[in-house]
Amino acid sequence: MSLIWIVILPFIGSLCAAFLPSHARNVAAWLAGTVAVACVILTVQLYSQVIEGEVIREAVHWIPQLGLDFTFRLDGFAWLFAMLVTVMGALVVLYARYYMAAQDPVPRFFSFFLAFMGAMLGVVLSGNLIQLVMFWELTSLTSFMLIAYWYHRPDARHGARMALTVTAAGGLCLLAGVLMLGWVAGSYDLDRVLASGDLIRAHSWYVPMLILIGLGALTKSAQFPFHFWLPHAMAAPTPVSVYLHSATMVKAGVFLLVRLWPVLAGTDEWFWMIGTAGLLSLVLGAYAAVFQRDMKGVLAYSTISHLGLITLLLGLNSPLALIAAIFHIMNHATFKASLFMAAGMVDHETGTRDLSRLSGLRRAMPITATLAAVGAASMAGVPLFNGFLSKEMFFAETVFVIGHPITRIGLPAMAVVWGILSVAYSLRFILQVFFGPPAEDLPKKPHEPPRWMLFPSALLVTACLVVGMFPARTVGSYLNMASRSVLGENTPFHSLAVWHGFNLPLMMSLAAMVGGILLYRALGEYQQGTTVVPLIERFDGKRIFEFMLEKLDRLAMRLLRWFSTEHLQVQMLLLIIAVFASALIPLSSGGLPEGDKTPLPVEPAFAVLWLIGAVCAIAAAAQAKYHRLAALTLSGVAGLATCMTFVWFSAPDLALTQLIVEVVTLVLLLLGLRWLPPRDKSLDHETMPLPVRMRAEARRSRDLVIAICAGIGITGLSYAILTRSAGEGISPFFIENSLPLAGGSNVINVILVDFRGFDTMGEITVLGIVALTVFALLRRFRPPAEAMTVPVKQQEQGAQSGALPSDPHALLPAGPMMVPAVFVQLLLPVSGMVAIYFLLRGHNEPGGGFVAGLIVTTAVILQYLVGGTAWAESRTRIFPQYWLAAGLLCAAGAGMSAWLAARPFLSALAWHGTLPIIGEMHLSTVLLFDLGVFFLVIGAAVLILVALAHQSRRAHRKQEVAEVETPVEVPDSPAGQGASGHASASLFAPVVPMAPTDYPPVEAERQKLPHVLPPKERED
Amino acid sequence: MEAIYALAIGVLTASGVWLVLRPRTFQVIMGLSLLSYAVNLFIFGMGRLMIGGAPIIETMAQADPSLYDDPVPQALVLTAIVIGFAMTALFLVVLLASRGLTGNDHVDGDPEA
Repeated sequence: MSLIWIVILPFIGSLCAAFLPSHARNVAAWLAGTVAVACVILTVQLYSQVIEGEVIREAVHWIPQLGLDFTFRLDGFAWLFAMLVTVMGALVVLYARYYMAAQDPVPRFFSFFLAFMGAMLGVVLSGNLIQLVMFWELTSLTSFMLIAYWYHRPDARHGARMALTVTAAGGLCLLAGVLMLGWVAGSYDLDRVLASGDLIRAHSWYVPMLILIGLGALTKSAQFPFHFWLPHAMAAPTPVSVYLHSATMVKAGVFLLVRLWPVLAGTDEWFWMIGTAGLLSLVLGAYAAVFQRDMKGVLAYSTISHLGLITLLLGLNSPLALIAAIFHIMNHATFKASLFMAAGMVDHETGTRDLSRLSGLRRAMPITATLAAVGAASMAGVPLFNGFLSKEMFFAETVFVIGHPITRIGLPAMAVVWGILSVAYSLRFILQVFFGPPAEDLPKKPHEPPRWMLFPSALLVTACLVVGMFPARTVGSYLNMASRSVLGENTPFHSLAVWHGFNLPLMMSLAAMVGGILLYRALGEYQQGTTVVPLIERFDGKRIFEFMLEKLDRLAMRLLRWFSTEHLQVQMLLLIIAVFASALIPLSSGGLPEGDKTPLPVEPAFAVLWLIGAVCAIAAAAQAKYHRLAALTLSGVAGLATCMTFVWFSAPDLALTQLIVEVVTLVLLLLGLRWLPPRDKSLDHETMPLPVRMRAEARRSRDLVIAICAGIGITGLSYAILTRSAGEGISPFFIENSLPLAGGSNVINVILVDFRGFDTMGEITVLGIVALTVFALLRRFRPPAEAMTVPVKQQEQGAQSGALPSDPHALLPAGPMMVPAVFVQLLLPVSGMVAIYFLLRGHNEPGGGFVAGLIVTTAVILQYLVGGTAWAESRTRIFPQYWLAAGLLCAAGAGMSAWLAARPFLSALAWHGTLPIIGEMHLSTVLLFDLGVFFLVIGAAVLILVALAHQSRRAHRKQEVAEVETPVEVPDSPAGQGASGHASASLFAPVVPMAPTDYPPVEAERQKLPHVLPPKERED
Repeated sequence: MEAIYALAIGVLTASGVWLVLRPRTFQVIMGLSLLSYAVNLFIFGMGRLMIGGAPIIETMAQADPSLYDDPVPQALVLTAIVIGFAMTALFLVVLLASRGLTGNDHVDGDPEA
């Protein structure tokens, strides 16, 4: 299982580091270091198996239904890369411990760092292509976090965004390419894919696959033309640059190219695409590096160039070039990481990385200077350093390319140009910073960094030297193992000698050396003051990238304008047409043959019922514009017809629920009616200009046609279904097992609270959320100004009877409602009893928690309707929010009680026994669940209704406050505006509508009544 | 009976669709409520119509499914009725909020749009 642990350990470490306090620098560093070293050890102990040529595989089931497993796979090449990731990780942790300042939130850094390490190891060790892409995108995400670590800096945020956009977009291309690859190979398993190289290369999808996978790899490895993100990613802390942008993440692209080399390489398309990108990056990167002023900028462009070298080697389609590429991946990681570390140390100790300000540091920082000089020599390809070896192999490969004369002469020539340029920038990097007169105006006085900060760099530099001098003895066997795992039996013979005699590659190296020194001399002064890269300065990848992003934004906005609308009516229209069309399409092809079921005989009473229902529905549709109350009543009749239909066709539970919901909905809508605006005569048809009226008429006719079509369509569809026999469904199960399994004879209730209890649980949760949302929305409710006065009817009544407004603390509300109030008060306990009766019998007879809850709600609302809000709340304190909570807790508790018996959530537990006095008893958690439904329905419905009812009280109060504070001079002028302004301002104060204390003083209420305000209610 | 039932659904749907396409919020809320009657009846009809077969089992012996109305659509519709109430309430409050903010009752908040 050690493979899995190599990947999981860093993630666990990341999670632990995330929970450390932000000043725990040492703890976090120790944690990260321990994890990295543990991963190194785990990897090392697998060596003995890997060297034998064995491929280690481990799998964990992920989504077995889709044939997806977490597969980990380790061969020689993956082992080498895993070593690179883990060893570099351990060294960078040590370096970062000293690099990061004490005031930085270091645990966050290490948390992301470890997550990145895990993701990178996941990429390296994946044995499944989809899984590889997943980890690949994870490295993009964690790298985003690491680049933006100092997120207070705009350049860090910008660089991180750019890196993420480019690499994640590449990752998506890669996913598409990998999906195609897996489809062609018949499996996403890496071994299966690697074995089907001929099949893939011959497939007609080969070119698209190559382009997509190539895009993924080239963006990740910052290859031309996607190279521009890497220099901007240098805003990251230097340890991140060391680890991600020289040693590991940017190598993921070339890692993938090597991994898929046996499958994809060997064609002209591969040569041209990968080779060209590599060559351009190679030369342009080196060229741009010469003109950088920032130390890290030089290294970033140099990295682009060296990655170009690796890519070009891979593009050459030669096994020897592949070996050189693998070798250079390792060499580049060692010397470039040590150089980044040196740059970081210079920055850390002097406060700047500007080449034009730094000078003569070798006196103050001799060790750093030595380390950097060795690294730079390796980067330039000086003999006896490891960079020289892979460079020689590269030169040799370019010489051996056969084909067109342009490539035959052009490639070696370009290689020499690259050599000259890299010698020039390496020389400048060292001579500028460490030699010459000591700089005077540095932000900090330079001195040698702490010993442990130097250590990782020293170790890497030693490796450069040792490998450079004794390549065959030090890395020969590892390189051989890695190449063999990629190339298999076709691995050619290769020698890692320092000295191959006087040959063409050596001549090229010498030419590059001399040329580089001359170029450095020639450029000398020119470079000092400039940051401009001559000739290619106008081809700024960043500018093109930003330009394209902006264009994309504009395009998206334009598309949105074309294809979307904010008008609800248009949306509705399209929706209805779409539904109609989607129903019509299968119908038009298949037709609708006659049904086989004999219809029930027609009963005249049912026909009359629906004659009334239909007339009322149509009338409601016609009246809803100007006569809202009438429309509400008419639609209520249609609802009652629906309710009767449920009774008729054997659904007593539905009928009960529908009846009570009808009542509650009616009350709800009545409460809302008074806030709607009065009829605006100016918008009436008669006064409108003719073209507007014509347009409106046309729209209405169109909608009428659509409505009639929809009606006819659904009639036909319903009739067709009703006259056919029902197919085999799951219903017989419920009927057969309701009594034996659930012990209830009301199948509907058994389904709701037992068989499908989880659905009901979800439903009541939704109900609770809706109630709370309604409550929250109403807290910020602004009543419209003209609806703030007391309704006309109430004013008239008050004026006629001369009665005082009812005293909330009186025994009965005064006025005409006194007698009904008596009845309603008597009704409350009775309705409670009825509700409990319905609740308890629900399991066996029509009833249940929903119905019972709604019955109680109706009774409570009646109190409010008859007595008024103030009166009702002065004697009953209902806290619907507690009912909500109690309901959810009951239902969830009933569900969880099943765990006590070690059964799944919501399994019913029942107890049947005899109690001393009561006798035989049957108790079940199902009842508790239904009780939860009951409580919740009460809570939700009452909360909604009472919150709405409270709005009228609030509006009155605002009106009074406004009248007291604003002297009313002219009734219809600015004073009124002031009133509404004040009202809306103070409405933002949180008001809890349930608290019975927020009543206006009775005196104020009395004052307000004599005001007779202009009638503003609607016509009906 | 089936024809009447289907026609009832059709009339409710037509009225609902007409109202849903209207520009005033109250019309839309009424339209949704008529549409939900239609949809509830439609779903209920999926179990086919049966008279005198309420799914309440009277016998202690093995129940015969052919004697009872299909309980699954009924359970679905019961849930739909309650959720429909919640939806109406939420929509009403949104309507009121829009009315308070914009000063009119047009569905887009702007009668001229």
